[in-house]
Amino acid sequence: MPDTAQNKGRMLTFEILQYNPSDPQSKPHMVTYHLEETLGMTLFVALNMIREKFEPDLAFDFVCRAGICGSCGMMVNGKPLLACRTLTKDYPDGVIRLMPMPSFKLIKDLSVVTGQWMDGMSKRVESWIHSKEEVDITKLEKRIEPEVADATFELDRCIECGICVSSCATALMRPDFVGAVGLNRIARFDIDPHDERTAEDFYELVGDDSGIFGCMTLLGCEDNCPKNLPLQEKIAYMRRKLANVKDTGGGLEIRVEG
Amino acid sequence: MKIHYCDALVIGGGLAGLRTAVATQEKGLSTIVLSLVPVKRSHSAAAQGGMQASLANSVMGKGDNEDVHFADTVKGSDWGCDQEVARMFVTTAPKAIRELAAWGVPWTRVKRGERSVVINTERTTITEADEAHGLITARDFGGTKKWRTCYTADATGHTMLFGVANQALKEDVDIRERKELLSLIHKDGRCYGAVVRDLIDGELEAYIAKATNIATGGWGRVYRTTTNAVICEGTGQAAVLETGLGTLGNPEAVQFHPTPIVPSGILLTEGCRGDGGVLRDVDGYRFMPDYEPEKKDLASRDVVSRRMMEHIRKGKGVKSIFGDHLWLDISILGREHIEKNLRDVQEISMTFNGIDPADEGPKGWMPVRPAQHYSMGGIRTKPTGESPDLSGLFSCGEAACWDLHGFNRLGGNSVAETVVSGMIVGNYMADYCLENEIDIDTATIEAFVEKEEQNIREIMSRPLNDDSIFDIKRRMQEIMDDKVGIFRNGEELQEAVDELQELLKRSRKVGIRYVTHASNPELVEAYRLPKMLKIAISIAYSALLRTESRGAHYREDYLKRDDANWLKRTLVRWTDPEATLPEVFYEELDIMKMEIPPAFRGYGRKGMTIDNPLSAKRQEEVDRIREELEAKGADRFEIQDALMPFDLPENYKEKNERQGVGYA
Repeated sequence: MPDTAQNKGRMLTFEILQYNPSDPQSKPHMVTYHLEETLGMTLFVALNMIREKFEPDLAFDFVCRAGICGSCGMMVNGKPLLACRTLTKDYPDGVIRLMPMPSFKLIKDLSVVTGQWMDGMSKRVESWIHSKEEVDITKLEKRIEPEVADATFELDRCIECGICVSSCATALMRPDFVGAVGLNRIARFDIDPHDERTAEDFYELVGDDSGIFGCMTLLGCEDNCPKNLPLQEKIAYMRRKLANVKDTGGGLEIRVEG
Repeated sequence: MKIHYCDALVIGGGLAGLRTAVATQEKGLSTIVLSLVPVKRSHSAAAQGGMQASLANSVMGKGDNEDVHFADTVKGSDWGCDQEVARMFVTTAPKAIRELAAWGVPWTRVKRGERSVVINTERTTITEADEAHGLITARDFGGTKKWRTCYTADATGHTMLFGVANQALKEDVDIRERKELLSLIHKDGRCYGAVVRDLIDGELEAYIAKATNIATGGWGRVYRTTTNAVICEGTGQAAVLETGLGTLGNPEAVQFHPTPIVPSGILLTEGCRGDGGVLRDVDGYRFMPDYEPEKKDLASRDVVSRRMMEHIRKGKGVKSIFGDHLWLDISILGREHIEKNLRDVQEISMTFNGIDPADEGPKGWMPVRPAQHYSMGGIRTKPTGESPDLSGLFSCGEAACWDLHGFNRLGGNSVAETVVSGMIVGNYMADYCLENEIDIDTATIEAFVEKEEQNIREIMSRPLNDDSIFDIKRRMQEIMDDKVGIFRNGEELQEAVDELQELLKRSRKVGIRYVTHASNPELVEAYRLPKMLKIAISIAYSALLRTESRGAHYREDYLKRDDANWLKRTLVRWTDPEATLPEVFYEELDIMKMEIPPAFRGYGRKGMTIDNPLSAKRQEEVDRIREELEAKGADRFEIQDALMPFDLPENYKEKNERQGVGYA
């Protein structure tokens, strides 16, 4: 059972940023709510109670409520977290301050546009297998060393929640920065034997200051990634690898979407 | 008014919708996908344990093929499925998984040599063949004869969804997020697209297409305790119901998964038991072998869920403030295995319950109780995925009643169905787009949009009363949990139907506090609520009328599976928009066309069927045909074709190669 019994009945204070950019009358402001804590309460439970009881138009995003879909990143007392798996019991003074994640376009209150940002990133790093091989799906699949499949899976666990981007100083200064999520994606396809791309190909995509050379190694991404991806190691590895690519002086122009 | 035109319109951006979109886009058709949420956040991502495909690479899958997968699926469905569709599915599944591998899904692979596994709580060593090294491996799942469930740890849906979504981006499919289907545009029995609401600015738009596919997933959120994501509210199916023409098939066929964690209802994969984990009661006793000596903890989900509730009713549950529960013990698998293959389960258990399931003994046991998990029923379609009622309307995945699952779905067959039906239905839908033109006047389109605008204006103009949308919704969910759950009876079902109708009436009067169009979650709840209630009523009413027990539909007052009277599919149509009950009628399943006529499933209670005389007659016929053809030296494909021929698009009907046996 949840080890929260001791906190049952505690009065919690929620301070939540509210702002609707599409409404010219609306100004960003904090609103305070008080809720009685329940057993095993998560921010998913708390925010839905606030919506039902006090603020029916409070905007926030949840889908799976199990830490799997990456919808609910938000700033909780200054730290970007997945709200659905954040337990209120972990806040001893009972004060929880919620703000939307920075670096993404705000829709309203705690709801931000992460999907289009991530699609832009996926298109920029061409987040799909590049192969000239014609695959006949009636035949045996290509053999992959089990350890290599596992290593690919390890990086494929990214859920595109955007927490790495909202933890990133470079992303704040350079809106075109591809983020740890994009660099991890490059590392993922670099490992995958199905993908025939070379270091030169990856250099074309992210070999500049809005890509692999933009990272200042502050590593907020590594500290906050809810899936504990080895972002520090993979960014360093890809940077070494791409730093060794000779720039042929072809005047690479990199188009950024999103 | 904004009108968007395309060839193929796909509503729903989970695995089924995205795979359909790839199929139509690849054939040169302009394709738009509309999704409530960014597509990579769809509920497909939550599928944990794996995808069934009879690759037979692992030593524990040796001898597996389409025939074995087919028989498991038919028995699992309690003979409720469409056997032709099941054949289409099992034949395409190996191709689907190989396609996904080529798209980068990092399936866990066979490693040659010895490895230690837990079977029936005993540590056992199995030896994988050299020749299988590097091919896709599989784990055990409930209701299957072979280890057939392919996986990426316990994040299989996630890796599949990213693989297919990235493929859709590669193909430049036009994906639009935060768009909600309100109604279907149709005229003279032909579907022309949809009225859609933008969830950010609140504007209504019309999407006009040659063919429209509803792939909006299940309707689990009409229940209170469900593993489903919060977006699984059944509004796609309701839109079909609200045409007054389209039908839902078998809405009463609702699956309850044995092992969601208590109290959050978040799923813990069947892979926990597939890998050797067991259920325990208040005394720490492993009780499933007493009920199911053969399949034990790995009987089909309907059977295990019922046995668990039966055991709890005997007083063997663990008391808690969240009600009685049982324990799921995976600690016997060892920390190394859990941290590699069941890591999301571990993460969920540690985060939400503070329990590390790798801790040895009772300390690591996780509290579980069955909860709503899957909708076998849905939008009724033909084997091509097209609605039999509305031309140009297609549906696939969990939203549909294609009828692969009948009255119980096997674990691992749903993510498999998403991509397999996306491939098959996507191709049939593409053919439809290529063969059919559309001509629809803008006045008709505008009339459909105006109707929805009128509905929203009407909701906003309602005076506030003492009622609350949230109260009505919660009450609906409570009724479904309490009276339309695992054990059902006529009295409670009648009460449910009566009260749900009252809630539907209330939902048409309840006012909202904020009357803005843009980004208004309360308004969204208000227009969805009557749709959800129509689904809930369809489920409860169909369950009331079906006076037998079949698969997950279990009637305490009609304990037997009644093949004599109930070998038929429920169909529901809602012709009168003001009515509070739908029309219910039935479609017979033809035993004389079945490849496997009804018999005992091999698990569950024996002697609990009322036989149909045609079952024995068809069995004799099947045996005779098989014997004759075998005598002539026919292979299994020729025999199958003689028993129950079926079609598939593309090259999907070609034989599947397997390690060591080639195309045999």
